[in-house]
Amino acid sequence: MELSIDRDLVRTGRRHATEIVDPIVRFVDRHSTVSVERSVLRLLGVTDADAESVPLANRVIERNRHRLADGIAVSIARAVAETGQSPQQIAPEVAAGRLDLESFDGVPAAAATAALQPFVHAALAAIARNREVRTAALIRLPQAPPPLLYVIVASGNIYEDRTAAVAAAEAGAQIIAVIRSTAQSLLDFVPHGATTEGFGGTYATQENFRIMREALDETSERLGRYVMLTNYASGLCMPEIATMAALERLDMLLNDSMYGILFRDINMKRTFVDQHFSRLINAQSGIIINTGEDNYLTTADAVDQAPAVLASQLINEAFAHRAGMRDEQIGLGDAYEIDPDLEDGFLLQIAQAQLARQIFPNSPLKYMPPTKHMTGNIFKGHLMDAMFNLTSVMTNQTIHLCGMLTEAIHTPFLHDRALAIENARYVMGTARHLGDELTIKPGGKIEARAQFVLAEAVALLGRVAERGLMESIEGKTFADVSRSPDGGRGADGVFEKAPTYWNPFADAFAPTVAAR
Amino acid sequence: MNLIKPYGDAKDDGAMQLSFTLPIPWSEAADEAARQLVAKMGFADVAVVDGRAIASGYSFFVVYARTSVAVDADTIVALSATTEALDMDAVDALIRERVGRKIRVAGACIGTDAHTVGIDAILNMKGYKGDYGLERYREFETFNLGSQISVDELVRYTKANAIDAVLASQVVTQKGSDIANFTALAELLEAEGLRDRVLLLCGGPRVTNLLAAELGYDAGFGRGTLPSEVATFIARRVSEGLPA
Repeated sequence: MELSIDRDLVRTGRRHATEIVDPIVRFVDRHSTVSVERSVLRLLGVTDADAESVPLANRVIERNRHRLADGIAVSIARAVAETGQSPQQIAPEVAAGRLDLESFDGVPAAAATAALQPFVHAALAAIARNREVRTAALIRLPQAPPPLLYVIVASGNIYEDRTAAVAAAEAGAQIIAVIRSTAQSLLDFVPHGATTEGFGGTYATQENFRIMREALDETSERLGRYVMLTNYASGLCMPEIATMAALERLDMLLNDSMYGILFRDINMKRTFVDQHFSRLINAQSGIIINTGEDNYLTTADAVDQAPAVLASQLINEAFAHRAGMRDEQIGLGDAYEIDPDLEDGFLLQIAQAQLARQIFPNSPLKYMPPTKHMTGNIFKGHLMDAMFNLTSVMTNQTIHLCGMLTEAIHTPFLHDRALAIENARYVMGTARHLGDELTIKPGGKIEARAQFVLAEAVALLGRVAERGLMESIEGKTFADVSRSPDGGRGADGVFEKAPTYWNPFADAFAPTVAAR
Repeated sequence: MNLIKPYGDAKDDGAMQLSFTLPIPWSEAADEAARQLVAKMGFADVAVVDGRAIASGYSFFVVYARTSVAVDADTIVALSATTEALDMDAVDALIRERVGRKIRVAGACIGTDAHTVGIDAILNMKGYKGDYGLERYREFETFNLGSQISVDELVRYTKANAIDAVLASQVVTQKGSDIANFTALAELLEAEGLRDRVLLLCGGPRVTNLLAAELGYDAGFGRGTLPSEVATFIARRVSEGLPA
């Protein structure tokens, strides 16, 4: 099944996307954020929280907020060199105000840098080790062929989530996502420890990651297939979540370049800087990102927004390449959200999904189920999910978020997930090679729609490239939302780097010029 | 008196379908446990038509059974807030004639809820299902405060901006967070002495008008509500004389 599309137009779209991200990446290179610096501390081993459950990484950054332009690594390195203690030993002293990092400012740079190296190497080794463990596990415990069935757990209690995740894996789920508590994206810290209280989801904490990974590893061995774990690197702590995910061997992260700006009113500069560092980490940890184009479709008319989806996919791809991510790590998003009452809506869904498949042949596309038009009519909802499943297998989507018949009613019950997985396995089994057997009618409705969406998307990218991305976002180009470059949450956490700035991890993770 | 029972294929057969999970591995005995459980609920002719393992230690059942219970449909009242909606022009005309000034409406997704799909459908220009949102009406001045607005903030805003109608939306309902937030809003408006001066409306997929009344709201709007239905309600109630 192949659409006839204009390859030159696709190349033009990619060129525009590069023109769009270039100036942003130049901006990113000159700036850092409090969250990036907290990530550096976490990578150096500072993982605990104080008596008030405030992470030590936050405390240390707060106390040194006025002197971050060099990067927190510089101050920590001097303290390590002088005291002979580890960052994890130094952090509680700094957090409590018993130790002032300024007192080490006289330590020579060479000594400081050398003293920190063992800790930098330990982090790099841990990330590399996790990556190797995953690679080996995927060979030893192979996954079923894609579309990979992805389900969500969201009880608020990590231990209940664990039960639901194991049950879903037994039913056939290949990817488990733990949805975060609803307001976590707006917290400027990562909660600490195992948690049992959340709203609409479960807090992303390093301990919760560990608990779930351990359960899924055990389940993977038992089932003879590797079960992947997903969480959310979005919001104000994007790079910290990416850090924790690298250290606890998550396999995927939701990590969009514009989602937080548009849909959570997070400052755009903060988002771009945080996003870049989180993707540098993801590139190293071998994590597959999932981008959030589904949000354009759920918040506005899905037929109208199709070009915005493709434009956003190309922008996300360009940003990811700039952080050294390979195509195989870039799970670009799309969703099955067209109004079920629209005649031939299914044709439009196929057009959009197949278009993405052809434009991004090596990317593990992430396909999201109907949500906006799901109602309490679970029977019709189950049918809509079946049509979504059919589209996914016909167009060779890779990451398939199983639709729940009780979408819009409650967070899934155990049997909601089992029924959703059963639906997907039935449809995908019975129609496994349908896409290989069909030819899309030249000049027909599907092809015409795909060509229209492509042309509109490239035109949109051309306008954004000309105007600038920040200016375009302010001008309501995406999702009909306007955000100003200095507005939104977290703007005060962005700062300009001094010429002497040092982030050993950004240096280690920086893609080669050729890769960029 | 109009006693009614569920209808399968004959009047008063009481036929119902149920499905649920039990936390035991599947076996013949698990099917029997499901049957007895449903029988204990008072159902007759219980048939477990499907029973199977859905995970280790959990089994799922589909059951058909008959109930002998009936209700008197004539005694049941649940007033809807959405009867006989006027169209946009008629709403605007009503406000112009009877109110003589623009009605000021503020809406928000309150508490930690970030799901603005409901409030946006009602307020945003674009509306929902081809039915324009309140921003499009000439006679409403609409303030969509967006997501994750604290109850304090919404009440402060209401007070400072002489709002006539407050719309609170809740999509997330886990652990009763929606009820807690709605209640907090009603109580704070009361405490601030504003409750009698504003029309207080709630909305969300799990909201009913009955629930709204219990929580002390003027109306509640559930899934599928059109903007014109909310607009009509506000226009009528304000024109009937909202205390100034």
